[in-house]
Amino acid sequence: MAARKSRNLPLGKRGLNFEMLMWLFTRLTALAMYGLILAAIIGALIMGARTQMNMADVLRWGFMPNSTHVQSTNLEDLAPWSTPFWRVTGSLLLLVAVAHGVHGLVVIADDYIVSARGRNIVRILSIIMMISMILIGLYILWTS
Amino acid sequence: MSLKRNVSLATGLRYKGQGPMLTYVLHRIGGLGMAIFITVHILASFLGGDIGGFINDIYENWLFQIFIFFCALFHAINGLRITILDLFPKLIEHSREAIWIEWAVFIPVFGLSVLVIVQSALGG
Repeated sequence: MAARKSRNLPLGKRGLNFEMLMWLFTRLTALAMYGLILAAIIGALIMGARTQMNMADVLRWGFMPNSTHVQSTNLEDLAPWSTPFWRVTGSLLLLVAVAHGVHGLVVIADDYIVSARGRNIVRILSIIMMISMILIGLYILWTS
Repeated sequence: MSLKRNVSLATGLRYKGQGPMLTYVLHRIGGLGMAIFITVHILASFLGGDIGGFINDIYENWLFQIFIFFCALFHAINGLRITILDLFPKLIEHSREAIWIEWAVFIPVFGLSVLVIVQSALGG
């Protein structure tokens, strides 16, 4: 009953805070990752994956469109697989996935760490982890 | 801010949440597994050399591949179910059926993948 009542509240009274925005962010980034992975798989099929790769390699490319993920296949030319378009797609997937994943780790940690001090430490560590993983990932994507 | 929990760990483990609880636990295991794997994978390809090669050998093992594919596939399918139910709250009425559909999608896809992974591991 309580849940039904709160749904009729106007947006301003619903308690629109950071955690609520992150709740929505988690759902929207899930959809975004589906879209990006689908785009990478369709792109792979257009670029000749159908005859030069097996399913596992296509999926490997799909989860992260980085040309080192397909260098051990029967492809003759890796150039179309390392264009700026795929690097940008990979970077977007990296940004979205790291943000989604690190927030997920914070949600899990909050279930077991209940002191205010502990939660603050978790947040600081999560921000450090997020920034460093994004920087390292971007470095790998744009130099490979 | 400080939260007080009135349930002990032993009581928590005895909680019989059935289907929805199972998907919650597996979603959490899958998310953690992927987070750890992807972090280590990015660091390994950044470091390269002997350390990178050693870590590469671990996740090219077929047992690890089955585990990580379970994590990724279950987290993806369960996440899609959560997203659809949360963004269209009227569908919550059918949440039990949604979990059945989820398993109907997951089991064949995962089963076929395990078959392929094991076949290539045995040199097929």
